[in-house]
Amino acid sequence: MNHWLIMPILFPAVVAPLLALAVRKDILLARVFSVGSTVCLLLLGLLLMGMASDGTTRTYSLGNWPSPYGIVLVLDRLTAIMLVLTAVLGLCVLLYSINGCDRRGEHFHPLFQFQLMGLNGAFLTGDLFNLFVFFEILLIASYGLMVHGGGPARMRAGIQYVVINLVGSSIFLLALGLIYGVTGTLNMADLAEKVPQIPKGDEALLYTGAVMLLVVFGLKSAIVPFQFWLPGTYANAAGPVAALFSIMTKVGAYSIIRVFTLMFGESAGTGAWFATSWLMPAAAITMVLGMIGVVAARSLGQQASFAALGSMGTLLIAIAGFTAATESAALYYLIHSTLGIAAMFLLIDAVVIRRPGFGDELSAAPKIKHVGLIGSMFFLAVIAVIGMPPLSGFVGKLLILDAVKPLYGWGVIWALILSTSLLGLIGFASSGSILFWKSGECDGELTPTGPTPIALPMVAIGSLLVLLIFLTGAAGPVTAYLDATAAQLFEPHQYIEAVLRPVGAVTK
Amino acid sequence: MEWIVASSVAAMTAAGIYLVLSLRTFTVVIGLTLLTYATNLFLFTTGRLAVNKPDIITSLDAPHSDPIPQALVLTAIVISFAMTAIILVMAVRGYFESGGDHVDLLGPEEVVARERQ
Repeated sequence: MNHWLIMPILFPAVVAPLLALAVRKDILLARVFSVGSTVCLLLLGLLLMGMASDGTTRTYSLGNWPSPYGIVLVLDRLTAIMLVLTAVLGLCVLLYSINGCDRRGEHFHPLFQFQLMGLNGAFLTGDLFNLFVFFEILLIASYGLMVHGGGPARMRAGIQYVVINLVGSSIFLLALGLIYGVTGTLNMADLAEKVPQIPKGDEALLYTGAVMLLVVFGLKSAIVPFQFWLPGTYANAAGPVAALFSIMTKVGAYSIIRVFTLMFGESAGTGAWFATSWLMPAAAITMVLGMIGVVAARSLGQQASFAALGSMGTLLIAIAGFTAATESAALYYLIHSTLGIAAMFLLIDAVVIRRPGFGDELSAAPKIKHVGLIGSMFFLAVIAVIGMPPLSGFVGKLLILDAVKPLYGWGVIWALILSTSLLGLIGFASSGSILFWKSGECDGELTPTGPTPIALPMVAIGSLLVLLIFLTGAAGPVTAYLDATAAQLFEPHQYIEAVLRPVGAVTK
Repeated sequence: MEWIVASSVAAMTAAGIYLVLSLRTFTVVIGLTLLTYATNLFLFTTGRLAVNKPDIITSLDAPHSDPIPQALVLTAIVISFAMTAIILVMAVRGYFESGGDHVDLLGPEEVVARERQ
């Protein structure tokens, strides 16, 4: 058994209580521990990615209980990518938050580590109920992070965010109950074997459960009609928190890929790929709605939130295709969109702390401090997010357009993706020129009220942008790896064998 | 027994949804609690309804009840308890920040003004 698999969960689980109990008074020590732990998570992620890249699926049975009876952690290429992405994003956001944002409220660093633990757990687990538990861990940490810093607007958005997610948790449990009731198992690999053998009379119950799962994952990934929470939450959270949350919607997307390729894929018989017909229209509407929001938004935070919504729509269109080519394109776009949206929210925070009295509203104001550097970074981030050449958003959208071509109705998808990109371009061009261009017409320069450190925050944002440029430059090797990942997703028997009948296990 | 369990799950879900949609945070919290009760009861029944059957299996031939849903319910109860505590803390904090328990955290004057409209 490979004990490295549990480390991405165990490590933050040990560090977080330590941060909360032992070093809660000493912010310097807390920062050192928090950054150190996240760096270790990144190294662990890279190690696991190296292991997974040979194409075998590795498993770890907790407590050495044989699956399907015990809980099992599974490492394949998809999981490894998500682990590395989480650690990279976490590290950049953490470096940025050291500008003083982590001192605006209590317990930022422990909550951050718990959040990473929940994310890693959700990506690693091979059991549906365990997925629910890790969802709750990452959510409970996100509730704390969401209201970090306080204030009535943030509190209001926080309460609404918690309520909608609690309702989502109830639906998740009901779905699990339905699925367990007819199959007698919640182990994903075991379910993948049991779903095709389901008796005719139980099919309705099983697929009701499956659609409810889709609803829950759709709620997490903010797909229409469950998107209402996203703009309020992201626009009202502190900048670094919103940046970290850019991976939260991707957890929903990851779960959709995992569950619906493994359990309701090719082998599922009558219900094979039933998710496509639900997901595709909803994703298209999400994308259109998000990009219209980008044009209509009256503040920068709202605009970035709607851009996040639009990019989720684009991502889910690719996922809903459910072919090896579309999943590969979707994963490329997923990595790009997580990093791009995060860079954008960090930049907005950098603008907001330099615009006292104006905040993130889109109105002409005097020049901000460091306007040249922040302005050009904003320009790069926007180019990436809306998918203009030459950055990775363009490559991602191109891959998606190419991958959906064999699908039914590809013309509509092409028209929607291309026209919404134009909408995004218009929206961000207008906001960028108001923020940075027109500030030249006003006299004087705004003096920020608090300290505005420049080195570390800009390193954090800069590394996100450099990663986007790397993703563009190394698109060839990256897509080769993602093609292999998608191919692995479409050979579920390998996953099932690795979990249920591991080589070298003692069988009675 | 099926009828009683099914109708109580239905009644609690309906009441829960109705209360979650209300305007005051306190009733929303009550609604969420009812919703989790309904969910837990539903989860419990997925192991089939049976009376007086042991859940520790000594022999596969003897009648027994399914122990897994009971373990699942236990986990779900603990989690929903913690979540209710969190939402309560946030609701109280919101009450002190705005002076009202409206879900949009309006102050008392704003609530009165909105109700007049």
